[in-house]
Amino acid sequence: MIKEYLTISEVSGPLIIVEKTIDVKYQELVEIELSSGEIRRGQVLEITEDKAVVQVFEGTTGINISNTKIRFLGKVIELPLSMDVLGRIFDGSGRPIDDGPQIIAEKKLDINGNPLNPYARDYPNDFIQTGISSIDVLNTLVRGQKLPIFSGSGLPHARLASQIARQAKVLGKEEKFAVVFAAMGITFEEANFFISDFRRTGAIEKSVMFVNLADNPAVERIITPRMALTCAEYLAFEKDMHVLVILTDMTNYCEALREVSAARKEVPGRRGYPGYLYTDLATLYERAGRIKDKKGSITMIPILTMPEDDKTHPIPDLTGYITEGQIILSRELHHKGIYPPINVLPSLSRLKDKGIGLNKTREDHANVMNQLFASYARGKEAKELAVILGDAALTEIDKKYVKLSDEFEEYFVKQGEDENRTIEESLNIGWNLLTIIPKVELKRIKDEFIEKYLPTDITTEDKDINVVKG
Amino acid sequence: METAKITKVAGPVVVAKGLKNAKMYDVVKVSNRKLIGEIIELNKDLATIQVYEETSGVGPGEPVFSTDMPLSVELGPGLISSIYDGIQRPLDVLKASSGEFITRGAEADAIDRKKKWDFEPILKKGDKVISGDIIGTVQESSIVKHKIMVPYRIQGEIKEIYKDKFTVTDTIALIEDQEGSIHEIKMLQKWPVRGSRPYKKKLPPIEPLITGQRVIDTFFPVTKGGTACIPGPFGSGKTVVQHQISKWCDAEIILFIGCGERGNEMTDVLLEFPELIDPNSGKPLMERTILIANTSNMPVAAREASVYTGITIAEYYRDMGYNVALIADSTSRWAEAMREISGRLEEMPGEEGFPAYLGTRIASFYERSGRVKCLGSDDREATLSIVGAVSPPGGDLSEPVTQNTLRTVQVFWSLQDKLAYKRHFPAIDWLTSYSLYLSGLSEYYKKEIGEEYIETRDKSMALLQEEAELEEIVRLVGIDALSTHEKLILETARSIREDFLLQNAFDVTDSYSSIKKQFLILRLIIMFHENAEKVIKNGVTIEKLYALPVKAKIIRAKLIEEKNLKIFSEIEKEIVSQISSTTD
Repeated sequence: MIKEYLTISEVSGPLIIVEKTIDVKYQELVEIELSSGEIRRGQVLEITEDKAVVQVFEGTTGINISNTKIRFLGKVIELPLSMDVLGRIFDGSGRPIDDGPQIIAEKKLDINGNPLNPYARDYPNDFIQTGISSIDVLNTLVRGQKLPIFSGSGLPHARLASQIARQAKVLGKEEKFAVVFAAMGITFEEANFFISDFRRTGAIEKSVMFVNLADNPAVERIITPRMALTCAEYLAFEKDMHVLVILTDMTNYCEALREVSAARKEVPGRRGYPGYLYTDLATLYERAGRIKDKKGSITMIPILTMPEDDKTHPIPDLTGYITEGQIILSRELHHKGIYPPINVLPSLSRLKDKGIGLNKTREDHANVMNQLFASYARGKEAKELAVILGDAALTEIDKKYVKLSDEFEEYFVKQGEDENRTIEESLNIGWNLLTIIPKVELKRIKDEFIEKYLPTDITTEDKDINVVKG
Repeated sequence: METAKITKVAGPVVVAKGLKNAKMYDVVKVSNRKLIGEIIELNKDLATIQVYEETSGVGPGEPVFSTDMPLSVELGPGLISSIYDGIQRPLDVLKASSGEFITRGAEADAIDRKKKWDFEPILKKGDKVISGDIIGTVQESSIVKHKIMVPYRIQGEIKEIYKDKFTVTDTIALIEDQEGSIHEIKMLQKWPVRGSRPYKKKLPPIEPLITGQRVIDTFFPVTKGGTACIPGPFGSGKTVVQHQISKWCDAEIILFIGCGERGNEMTDVLLEFPELIDPNSGKPLMERTILIANTSNMPVAAREASVYTGITIAEYYRDMGYNVALIADSTSRWAEAMREISGRLEEMPGEEGFPAYLGTRIASFYERSGRVKCLGSDDREATLSIVGAVSPPGGDLSEPVTQNTLRTVQVFWSLQDKLAYKRHFPAIDWLTSYSLYLSGLSEYYKKEIGEEYIETRDKSMALLQEEAELEEIVRLVGIDALSTHEKLILETARSIREDFLLQNAFDVTDSYSSIKKQFLILRLIIMFHENAEKVIKNGVTIEKLYALPVKAKIIRAKLIEEKNLKIFSEIEKEIVSQISSTTD
């Protein structure tokens, strides 16, 4: 018999305080029945002997102190799961919104999950070919990695994420693959872009979507990614699937967290975000990975828009400390008309070293990568110098580096939205670009690879044509 | 056992009423799930407890059990090669007992109770002993001989000592003290983590901790018994530097604490260390390593404890007479755990929400390092070095954790993301980093390598500094404004950066450089510079000098294997002959 309480003493922001509670547990699921009969859900945030602080996911509008009924359900939030979730669309709290039937649960799982034992983890080292040169060659994605996209408002992160979801594959293997998509506070257009793009390419059959739109309750965003990740864990570790999780937009998630924290009058950390933001984000991001002796894996691509394109803002900053690298989009490249506008210098994939090389991609990969990075960086530096002092101030060799960096952006970074380059194609474009600088400058490449891969037959004049052909 | 009732739950902080005889920092078991917690505040009959596990599903009215013991670690044979969480639960045992995910209330002995060890007595019946005396040894791994010491506060005469195979809880000796009571000595000991283990006397450090990393050993060395910190924004390569140090440094025992960091990084260490061979002993690195892994998604209170668990184990091995190195990645996460707990306690915050005692805690942690004379009658010396990573938000070094750390540590390796973007690794900035041990170590370098080493190093540093000034000029008026000599300085500085400082952690040969090899490479570069200086006065151009074939050999010098170091003298001869030939 579940008790009903009519003892709300305070409503403040997304929180309500219920008095005279008996036998209530921390993080217990709560049902709130409004006088209109509407039922909302919440969760216990703090509990003392006779008082419970409850966070209401759907917002507190319409809740009154006198006749709103509260029921504590005696369990934590669980997500019903079965293989039927594939192809379905849910709202941010896990209720179907695609006119399909309810999910008949094969299993109900606590959405908070449990921390994965580090000893049970397997190191991610399977190369994922995304077909995008600047990711595959320079910031390689591997299975089980969490690699966020740091973007800004107005940049094409959605297109990039959907291109990755479409093209990602592990070479030489046909395996069960699924996409779990969680939208937090994004607009209808953006959500619709993903849904229709997934429909267009047939990916929807292999997708599970959790959608919380901008006009849905903000506090619900706190559970949306947890729903998605619980679903991903089920598919990956119980059903042996390789799951790609896209979380967008993490900035909205963090803002919801800040809202709750402020309502609880907690001591704020940087920019008003709660002090536990790092820990909280980690409990999401760290759910990506591989487990020893299990076939499936979870690869995660969280997307966040950096306020004012500022990488030191707490959200990108803390994210970068948890995730295994980051793909940073650049407004400058975007204005130049380069898609995808990936700023390769500050971008990084921490797990690339184990995923590349002989038998994974190609033996020369690491060398080419280092050389391209170093050369592009030097070209950019020389260009900055030229802005101040004019081209005349540059040495001959610096001019060549400038040329390399320009062509690098034009032919290597830039590619079509449906262009799916193999890793060989991408590496070869890199080699073609390296012919711009003298051979002695290739300090980071082993002689044997220079011998084997450096194109000798193209002259500077017809090189561009070669590059275009890939 | 006393029982009491929970009155409040707020995340990892639980308040209980009616805990009789509760003492600060006593360990308690919370609710019927027996979640492990620690008392961190007492107020009349209310005790505030930080719980080391997830508290969802726990509510008021549930019981709390006191254990009447402070948070302690178990010490004894079996620690080496283990991987523990922040409160010393063995993660491999937990995986075997409760699966891939860590379930709550899981318990396991930190040290295997069943395994038998060959105890080899050193002392015999009738010997007089004091605390810290080594009564016997156990071969713990192929390279570590575990020394069994007389526990603290026990002294007297050995009544009985046995030689046999024992488990850690078997009695291996009996000691009678002056009052005539008999103490049973076992290999297993316990020590509360928040108090440091005693030693006789602290000594100033005199030897460098050789890490095989050129920028560190040559320019910014840390001593055995010293402290160093690596602050840097994300992506600047903190973790790789820390891994490199724990792989290659010449300490005999390594404690690696993954404090609130990525799970996959710990996996990397776990998979890689058993494969890697220690250059000093020729045995797998795991045979001298203990890992503490409290990754970022594991409970925050256990993260706070992990640093103390690690350092207490490190001190225990130091007490045996070993050189121990403790690597903590990252102390910022530890400080953040403190902040989180402090926030839940509603303490008055200091800077950026961190508790006011942040500085004291950091300082007292680093102060547990040092070169010491250990307890025991043989006056053995040992060291404990600490290298801590700091992860400043936004790479801003003015934040409280970095500042408090810098006030304490003697070595500062400043990581720059600018360098990392250029793929200059390790991205340690040579202009802003410092080591306060340099002068104290000159005796050592003179003895080991010679006077010339220090000269070469100082000369190189001066060139790097001149480069920074010259680059300023180039930026303003262009490269043509420089004299040939200045251009030579720029080229040499570039050579120091690219051919010496830049070191590839993923290349088999380049990953580790002996101190001898470091000197040889640097001497090549400086030798080239000095010889070039002579001929440019006669009008030889920079371009001509840099087209010399020996230049390519200098570039590849770092790839010369340790066993072929004699090649260096040939290159040196070539430098002299080829440069002098330019004037012909």
